[in-house]
Amino acid sequence: MKIPKLEMKQVCAIDQSRRGTLKSLAGLGLGALAGSFGIGNAEAASKVTMGFLYVGPRDDYGYNQAHFEGKSAIAKQSWIKAVDQENVPETIAVQKAMESMINLDGAQVIFPTSFGYFDPHILKIAPKYPEVMFLHCGGLYDAKKHPKNVGSYFGYIDEAVYISGIVAGHTSKTGKLGYIAAIPIPQVLRNINNFTMAARSVNPKITVQVVFTGGWANPVKEAESANSLIDQGVDVLTCHVDSPKVVVETAEKRGVFSCGYHADQSKLAPKGFLTGAEWNWSKIYLDYATMIAKKQKIPNLIRGGFKEGLVKSSPYGKAVSAKAKAHADKVRAQFMKGNFVVYQGPIKDNTGKEVIPKGKGYSQTDIWLESMDWLVEGVVGKTKG
Amino acid sequence: MSGEESQWLTVLIAVLGGAIRVGTPFLFVSLGECLTEKSGRINLGLEGNLIMGAMAGYGVAWITGSAWLGVLAAGATGVVLGFVHALLCQQPRVNDIAVGIALMILGTGLAFFIGKPLIQPTAPHLPALHLGAWSDNPALRAALEINALFIVGVLLAPAMAWFFRSSRWGLAIRTVGESDDAARAMGLNVNLVRMLATMAGGFLAGVGGAFLSLYYPGGWSEGLSSGQGLMAVALVIFARWDPMRCLYASLLFGGAGALGPSLQAVGVTSGYYLFNAAPYVLTLILMIAASSTKVRSGMPGSLAAR
Amino acid sequence: MAFAPFLIPLTALLLSLALFGVFVSLAGADALAVYHSIYRGAFGTWFSWQNTLVSAAPLMLTALCTALPARLGLIVIGGEGAVVVGGLAAALTGLILIDTNAWLALTGMALAAMLAGGLLIGLVGWLRHSRNVNETISSLLFNYISIAILSFLVIGMLRDPETLNKPSTHHIGETHMLGALGETSIHWGFAYGVIACVILWLLFKRTTFGFAVDMIGGNVRAARLSGLSVGRNIFLVCLMGGAAAGLAGMVEVAAVHGRANTSLNAGYGYEGILIAFAARHHPLAIIPMAILFGGIRAASGLMQRDHDLPDATGLVLQGMIFILLLASEAVFARLALNKGFKA
Repeated sequence: MKIPKLEMKQVCAIDQSRRGTLKSLAGLGLGALAGSFGIGNAEAASKVTMGFLYVGPRDDYGYNQAHFEGKSAIAKQSWIKAVDQENVPETIAVQKAMESMINLDGAQVIFPTSFGYFDPHILKIAPKYPEVMFLHCGGLYDAKKHPKNVGSYFGYIDEAVYISGIVAGHTSKTGKLGYIAAIPIPQVLRNINNFTMAARSVNPKITVQVVFTGGWANPVKEAESANSLIDQGVDVLTCHVDSPKVVVETAEKRGVFSCGYHADQSKLAPKGFLTGAEWNWSKIYLDYATMIAKKQKIPNLIRGGFKEGLVKSSPYGKAVSAKAKAHADKVRAQFMKGNFVVYQGPIKDNTGKEVIPKGKGYSQTDIWLESMDWLVEGVVGKTKG
Repeated sequence: MSGEESQWLTVLIAVLGGAIRVGTPFLFVSLGECLTEKSGRINLGLEGNLIMGAMAGYGVAWITGSAWLGVLAAGATGVVLGFVHALLCQQPRVNDIAVGIALMILGTGLAFFIGKPLIQPTAPHLPALHLGAWSDNPALRAALEINALFIVGVLLAPAMAWFFRSSRWGLAIRTVGESDDAARAMGLNVNLVRMLATMAGGFLAGVGGAFLSLYYPGGWSEGLSSGQGLMAVALVIFARWDPMRCLYASLLFGGAGALGPSLQAVGVTSGYYLFNAAPYVLTLILMIAASSTKVRSGMPGSLAAR
Repeated sequence: MAFAPFLIPLTALLLSLALFGVFVSLAGADALAVYHSIYRGAFGTWFSWQNTLVSAAPLMLTALCTALPARLGLIVIGGEGAVVVGGLAAALTGLILIDTNAWLALTGMALAAMLAGGLLIGLVGWLRHSRNVNETISSLLFNYISIAILSFLVIGMLRDPETLNKPSTHHIGETHMLGALGETSIHWGFAYGVIACVILWLLFKRTTFGFAVDMIGGNVRAARLSGLSVGRNIFLVCLMGGAAAGLAGMVEVAAVHGRANTSLNAGYGYEGILIAFAARHHPLAIIPMAILFGGIRAASGLMQRDHDLPDATGLVLQGMIFILLLASEAVFARLALNKGFKA
């Protein structure tokens, strides 16, 4: 009963947001509809062709692999023909790749899976092909501005990061955690903040040291960052880069704990792996496929976290204590019910400024959280380069 | 020791450790390039050797279960690419830089293509020597966890310097590098000497690649090299074609690469992009400063002539 | 021998295609079907042609960045950096001129981009001439430095706070974007590329400046004796090459992104080097070569989708073509030497 109330309050704050309408709709969770559309001319007998585009290699143990696994899950359906293309840069190349899938492969549904594919690339191509659906991973859809045949989906993976933070907080002995991140963008900052607040909910003395590598895939920098953090006494590492492989492996080699990201990395660190935040794209891709098969209307916006099954935690590793498991499972259950508010004031940033006053809270679906440009108290690091 | 002091100490240790860990591939590629350039040819394709070496080394280590066989295989692919480079370059009117770029593209493409099934498996890593076991400082112990390949590289530098200075073969390479005509007058087969030097250089670059995939950062992925092979070519000029200076320059470069992350790890968080660019700016400034003199000490004559 | 300049590269192209066929067969694909996919993806339909020409547009401009200095015997590989600084300068100028009309804004953007790219490569040339700094290495270093500066600025002071998860500069304004050629989906960048190649060809072929450059490229000492200012010509030629690549950066901003961001660093500069060498640094030959390589870029997606080949397949094909072209050059030179005349 708490949540709707909070949302009512936020309306004024949100009015200034350029994506105002989105928030109120997002509040509906999985069923969030901002207008909807169906596949126009798909004949039941013939196969539906779906095209997937990834920004990196499809077997990167990370972001792109998570999408590839989702694609592989639906490719098994007999009535779907799924084609995919990897390493598509966020340039005109992605426009051409999408058009090529439509013109040469006859794709009726396109899944461009990188955030940077949306503006300007999808927005430019979608109006040219009104009969094709463009379902973009990133949750950027705005009914007022964007074409009707565009849809958007995204998962609140920060919920799973919060769970990792709890486990990390219970496991750390030094009270120092390390976060290796690519660049300080809102998604990354939100994950860092969630991780920190979760760990500090266990032990308020914990600090999280952030290192920005400056790029999404730079193994040498990531390894060097991991080593530097471990040298500083950090004993649990996690990361937000395209492929967490190097960070998890380096942590294992140096004998410290690690939390994964994007996909399941438990195999890479049999001793020190705790848990990880994973996408569960096969769920949403199967949902889309079912909607198409049943000729249902496709919602333009789908967002969700644990409750909607869009994110999950990797299985707990050996080092996770029973206490940590119990705590993490309890909070996850609250997320599943949809009544856990991470950003509940009072919250200070790491410069000492109060960003959320006492008594104010922002629920998961709140759009305000998506322009986050601050780091919470307890994080050592800056948001500006 | 106060907390602050110990922080700076760990930065220093991290830079030291980074110099060794990050510097080793630079060391092998730059020694390889130094050998090739001494014979009068530039091989810009060593980036391709590095990536092919990383892939082949990882693949062979995975299949055979022996990391050292992987290192040999990486070197062998480097020899093959070096052979192709030398073969093409000794033809009339073929530019060695162009051949280098071609081999860089082909090597990278082949490595990515063939290496696809190698991204997921875990191959055995090269063992490390625990030279820091005497210390009770965990950071120092980690920094001194040294791979045998690094030691090989460190020994190779003075060996190569001696080789150039005092051995008959070294003299042959230097003569060929100085002037085709002088070499021919001495009865040397210019093309053969260059081919052997390029193949040996290719071997070293391949080994540098194996260090990346089999030790640090470890694993095979398409983003593994961030241009270390290309930068090593710059390092050789920076080091004025002296193997010992290649060693120092590689360590400097490795340390500079480690500086950004380690400063952030102690809370110095400003300007990391600029820190990341520091090694390149440094090289450029030193190149400009060093190049002003008319005397180009150490530069092989046939490179200077063009 | 009159056909040789065409016949030999063509043979090289066919040979590399054959070699590539063997390679993909070994990887388990049907070579004939792969050829068909390349044809279909690059040149098979009008759609594919447009795709190819759009891919070729920036490549023509970045190829000039290597081809022009090569006439002086300099090997410049700084096209990537020139694209980046050109795109950055174009976006900044576009933002300054945001309240003016489109013509003025686009002209200003193009000039600023050309100036920025030109000065960068001009600096490379100047360093080479006056301080003897190796131009290949310095231009490589400038690539890394330019990219670092771009990243630093778009995530910091130049960032549009609305570009939440993909840091970029502010948008130059939809009305100031560079449009398409007629009814096609090919943007004006293609025309810029062709025009630049033709103008520079005329400049080098028909003017005393071009003659002077060829003289310096042939023999520096002789050129100096005949009173030519070597330094000035080196600087000017590098300036032109850099300006061309800078213009490619402007096209990326004005025709594609509307903003400057790290997508400017898309490898056009590096592929341009390859095209310059494949075209033997001849400005007119760059046009078909860029179209050929643009076609491979355009078709590489289809190779992935139809045959489940990795994305690096296109890179392998490019590498093979490049190697065999260089080998064919050698064969050509041998034939010429044997016949006893200068090629």
